[in-house]
Amino acid sequence: MENAATVVASSDAVAKRLKKRYAAERRFKALGFGAIALALGFLAILLVTILSNGLTAFVQTHVRLDVTFDAETLGVDPVKPSSDALASANYGGVIKNALGKAFPDVSGGQRRQLYKLVSTGADLPLRDMLMANPGLLGTTTSVWLTAGADVDMAMKGHVGREPGVEGNRLTDAQLGWLADLEKRGAVSKKFNTTLFTTGDSREPEQAGLWGAVVGSFFSLSITLLVCFPLGVATSVYLEEFAPKNKWTDLIEVNINNLAAVPSVVFGLLGLAIFLNFFGMPRSAPLVGGLVLALISLPTIIIAGRAAMKAVPPSIREAALGLGASKLQMVTDHVLPLSMPGILTGTILGMAHALGETAPLLMIGMVAFIVDIPASPMDPSAVLPVQVYLWADSPERAFVERTSAAIMVLLFFLAMMNLAAIMLRKKFERRW
Amino acid sequence: MQLLTLMVVLLLLTAFGYRLGRSRALATADGNPRLLHSLPSYHGYYVALWCGLPALVLIAAWLVLEPTILHWLVMSSLPADLQGMADERLALVYNEVRNVARYGHTPSIPAVGEAALHYNSMRHTMFISVAVAALALAVAALAYAHRRIHTDMRARNRVEATVKVFLVLASTVAIFTTVGIVLSLLFESLLFFRHVSLIDFLFGTQWSPQIAMRADQVGSSGAFGAVPLFAGTLLISGIAMLVAVPLGLLSAIYMSEYAAPKFRSVVKPLLEVLAGIPTVVYGFFAALTVAPFIRDVGASVGLSVASESALAAGLVMGIMIIPFVSSLSDDVINAVPQSLREGAFGLGATKSETIRQVVIPAALPGVIGGVLLAASRAIGETMIVVMAAGLAANLTANPLEAVTTVTTQIVTLLVGDQEFDSPKTLAAFALGLVLFTVTLALNVVALHIVNKYREKYD
Repeated sequence: MENAATVVASSDAVAKRLKKRYAAERRFKALGFGAIALALGFLAILLVTILSNGLTAFVQTHVRLDVTFDAETLGVDPVKPSSDALASANYGGVIKNALGKAFPDVSGGQRRQLYKLVSTGADLPLRDMLMANPGLLGTTTSVWLTAGADVDMAMKGHVGREPGVEGNRLTDAQLGWLADLEKRGAVSKKFNTTLFTTGDSREPEQAGLWGAVVGSFFSLSITLLVCFPLGVATSVYLEEFAPKNKWTDLIEVNINNLAAVPSVVFGLLGLAIFLNFFGMPRSAPLVGGLVLALISLPTIIIAGRAAMKAVPPSIREAALGLGASKLQMVTDHVLPLSMPGILTGTILGMAHALGETAPLLMIGMVAFIVDIPASPMDPSAVLPVQVYLWADSPERAFVERTSAAIMVLLFFLAMMNLAAIMLRKKFERRW
Repeated sequence: MQLLTLMVVLLLLTAFGYRLGRSRALATADGNPRLLHSLPSYHGYYVALWCGLPALVLIAAWLVLEPTILHWLVMSSLPADLQGMADERLALVYNEVRNVARYGHTPSIPAVGEAALHYNSMRHTMFISVAVAALALAVAALAYAHRRIHTDMRARNRVEATVKVFLVLASTVAIFTTVGIVLSLLFESLLFFRHVSLIDFLFGTQWSPQIAMRADQVGSSGAFGAVPLFAGTLLISGIAMLVAVPLGLLSAIYMSEYAAPKFRSVVKPLLEVLAGIPTVVYGFFAALTVAPFIRDVGASVGLSVASESALAAGLVMGIMIIPFVSSLSDDVINAVPQSLREGAFGLGATKSETIRQVVIPAALPGVIGGVLLAASRAIGETMIVVMAAGLAANLTANPLEAVTTVTTQIVTLLVGDQEFDSPKTLAAFALGLVLFTVTLALNVVALHIVNKYREKYD
């Protein structure tokens, strides 16, 4: 482009180059869009995998049998059984008799295979039935009983029903009986109440989430009780009272660094300080809640300070001008105005704490616990740890239940985030 | 439960103190609050604080001291032959006494049963005396504060001073947490380095802590060379960063430079969902879906891929980190002033040329800071690698093989193991110390880069 002649000559080259540059432009834009699409695609695959694996866990295969409450098999007095005797009676025998009656031609060693069609935990509903209505003793009733986990998997189509197919744990004979029961209309899928009412179990069909939900509730309550007052007090101090000196700088640097410390390190802290030094109980939601409180404290402090910073100084000056003390200004004006922001930050911190797993493994919350915890001092699991425990179990039926547990966990998280968003939308104020 | 009752009683007493203080203040001013220095409610708070705080301090002190006192009382009451035992045995006996007393376990020897009874009766007596003392203290303090109320008393100043002390104490919790982390990690690590030298730990290439559990066997020293763990951590985090940095950065660029506001308002929260999903869910996804998928793909092209390959864990970890990179980069890209872009457009640059040659260089310090923060996140990430990475310490750079990481080993060393003084459990704390130091250093460097090299335009 040194002189006019080359300008004319190069206009062709310029057009060519321009075309190339526009092509590069389009490529770059497509690349950016592709990155977003890829990231969201991963999210979609993740959610679809969980959904497709877990949806079936909300129903459970049941088998209908004609159960005879035979006093002899139960081992109770046929005329006037005591409630103690009824509570500890042999309901397993009753189920075995019912299965034997449904398939009278099965005998010997095959009987044991037959019994596996029904869950080993199916005797509990029978006990509750008879204890609620002792008049059933000696009569025959048609009852839906929980099927065994392998039957459940086959009925839901998670494993092939053809003999010899990979993952199929049912024998040919069992598959035959199952087909027979189906023909009689004695197999059906019903809503899985066990999942929402019981604690953990080694048997997939008896394993429930309720213990973990209660454990999570206790832990988060402790976290909130510790974290919220401390977090608000710290943000008030740093934002409204603290002089600008080395000490407050140190506190601020500390808080920012704590926010970036890996959570598993907090677990080590909990193990060394709370368990070994203070001798607190292992696996207890109390300790879990305290560790989670230390983890979420920086989040709440940072959110609280941001919310207080957003309150315009004119409001503070007006309060002070009318004779309020500094603390009155905070409690009567700054705190109420920044409360929506603080609460939003707190809910998000709690949601994060709900999903936290690693530090809880450190303080022994991975124990296998069947009982529903009655207080924060009792050993218990929490939802994400339950997911981890079930994910470790080899049975196919636990894959389904793990996905269901994840869905429950994600549901709680979504609810908390939704609450935070609504709170923000409703009370957000622009000055 | 007893403690809860005591607290409720104390709370009621405090509430009563508040009412009493308020009405007394009004009474001294003949019902005219304008004669008082402070509002009547401050007089109420003043009495309530006097009533509640000393008693609370007493109860807290008792809670801290109770185990020590009980231990001393019970131990000194044990029969002489038990007292003569070695310290470790004695500690076991005391543990049993506590379990028998608290949870009703059956004692192995009658002496333990007796000690448990003693333990329970001592505990009960002590609780009753502390409860009585606390309530008496509360009532006495209430009476004292109540008598001090008069019209000129500066109740508000005193209440506010107390509240300020609470605020300062609350803000030191963060410091205590850091001190607690550093001290507990350092203390246990020092115990560990009594067994294993620092050089062996940091530069050894053999990691097999399992052997160390059987102290009586040949070769029982165990191998605690952590290099394979560091290498595995770097490999998996490296793969994660290879996924997260391009995807996150490109998403951020598209979102802040190209996307319409409507698109942005929908897609940005969706991307944030990726950061909100608990890591245990990613771990499950990696172990159940991604790892078998990669193994099958590898098998179909004739590669043998471990079912716990570093690639699967790294890939899923990368997905998890995308929102960190994208939201941090988004912020710094948005902070680049519009005038720079307009200048580039005015010189005839296309949009992508502007972004690549003007916006990104201007935003680079912030982007690098964000990437370093994301890297520290990847190194400290635990659940994905616990569930999807291997346990065997392989020193390899092949992403198709199984490797183990620092966090995986911390979890596996500590889960299920009860004894606390073996090098095996202490090794977890040494690893934790390394992890803490490295992530802290990364954060400090990231913040330093952001602050030092950030271009200030306004």
